[in-house]
Amino acid sequence: MSDKNTYQVPIGPIHPAFKEPFMVNFVLDGETIVDAEAHPGMNHRGVEFMGMHRNPLKVIPLAERICGICSIVHQHMFTTATEHAAGIEPTERARYIRTILAELERIHSHVLWAGVAAHEIGFDTHLHFTWKVRERVMDLLEYITGNRVNYAMWTIGGVNRDITKKMYPKIEDTLLYYESLYGKLEDIFLGDTSIRLRTRNVGILTEEDALRLCGVGPTVRASGVRKDVRIDQPYAAYGDLDLDYVIPSSFGYENTGDVFSKTLVRLKEIPQSIDLIRQCVDGMPDGDIDSEPRKAVLINKLKKADGEGIGRIEAPRGEAFHYVRLEGGMEEVANWKVRASTYNNLTTYRPMFMGEQIADIPIIAACIDPCIGCMDRAEVVDVRSGERKHFSHEELHRLSVEKTKMLLGGLP
Amino acid sequence: MKLTKTFDKALWVFHVNSGSCNGCDIEIVAALTPRYDVERFGIKLVGSPRHADVLLFTGPVTRKMKERVLRVIDQTPEPKVVMVVGNCGSTTGVFYDSYAIDGPIDTLLPPGTHIVYVTGCPVRPENLINGVKEAWLYLEKLRGDDK
Repeated sequence: MSDKNTYQVPIGPIHPAFKEPFMVNFVLDGETIVDAEAHPGMNHRGVEFMGMHRNPLKVIPLAERICGICSIVHQHMFTTATEHAAGIEPTERARYIRTILAELERIHSHVLWAGVAAHEIGFDTHLHFTWKVRERVMDLLEYITGNRVNYAMWTIGGVNRDITKKMYPKIEDTLLYYESLYGKLEDIFLGDTSIRLRTRNVGILTEEDALRLCGVGPTVRASGVRKDVRIDQPYAAYGDLDLDYVIPSSFGYENTGDVFSKTLVRLKEIPQSIDLIRQCVDGMPDGDIDSEPRKAVLINKLKKADGEGIGRIEAPRGEAFHYVRLEGGMEEVANWKVRASTYNNLTTYRPMFMGEQIADIPIIAACIDPCIGCMDRAEVVDVRSGERKHFSHEELHRLSVEKTKMLLGGLP
Repeated sequence: MKLTKTFDKALWVFHVNSGSCNGCDIEIVAALTPRYDVERFGIKLVGSPRHADVLLFTGPVTRKMKERVLRVIDQTPEPKVVMVVGNCGSTTGVFYDSYAIDGPIDTLLPPGTHIVYVTGCPVRPENLINGVKEAWLYLEKLRGDDK
């Protein structure tokens, strides 16, 4: 850190686009990154503290609002953990409905990420294209649940709203739309020369590092690590469904762990999700959607419950985890711990940033699909003279776009 | 302050996330992309508060972000409109009893700041467009020659 020839570049915490407040401190030797250090905590809202002052049913809307992109993930985990702690079983039908929604969210999250990644390397056309096609799955989610984001579908022991036979044609329509579109997405993100130049051999995470740093989800599957909670410890309806690990070598690519592989894994998970939704719709069991529709009775039951439970699920970004402890006679949740996938994946930033250039910061920062991430303002401190220079997000973005142009110009 | 006629037809917007859950932030981007496409009204997301006419605030203002939020407000030139996006921005919403929240934003703003509230959790893109319309009306009034 105190090397005479290095610069420190803190980036964050206010971002002009849409990511959450977050800060990374980079140490640079000229254009090359020699160290990276994450400073989270800007977005600390004390969610767990608030949860411990409310009853479990009131915590569900709060859990949803931990993150607006993966709101299904957190309500899913919290209800699973509470059900585990209180010994309540969700109904069979509810398990299938939960799976359908979780997979729909995976599609919307991966399409969203593809757009962000395209934006970071300077392809705004692709950003607009992917966000346009994303609206279709948002429409379907709104049709099923009643809202575009924050669905309020989960309850302890089941779900709040049913997926009826009347909804099947619309679900199938949307799935067909994404299937017909998938070839184009693959062409853009896997076939395009300029995207390949910017993503191949950039931000490499080796299999060894991935295991050592306990990364999760597509970030480590791209390095060839077979890790997916849906298969390793099935929850909801995944035990009945047919699915396999999505790793690059299954599709004839190398498990390089670079940004390209991470893109590939995310894109290949879209048809997998489509397949899983079809399997769920076909095998949807009859019965109730909720094991206890009377909320007052449910709250009373939870008040008497004593025990601890965990909820582990595979979020679009990787494995996430909730721990809940309930104490007999206490209406509030006695203890609640949330561990989101980005916590694990942040540690993988360091090996990925090492030796890369400033212009690669945006795409590498985006490649773990951070729930927090910030590239707005970079400040370069010259250690020798103490002189400061500011990099705005626009400048960083410009550097990134220039690198794309330079690479293209260098083609034969 | 007199404004030129071109001013209110090209609002430049700067977005600050002060501890939001990302829901509103994603909806803001959704409003910029082809389905809703607010750029056809001349609304553009810019990278610096010094270029902005409208400040979009999301989130309930966490303790660590308070100082930064105040700095951004300070850096934005007059005349400006502050748009508070989402329920937690307007009232701190579901986070009302947290120890880490210093908001809502309107309690931190200097007196006399014009605020437009856009409600929803998260806001719908249609509602956001409506909010920008409200900001227009205010800025048009400042111009002084409205009908």
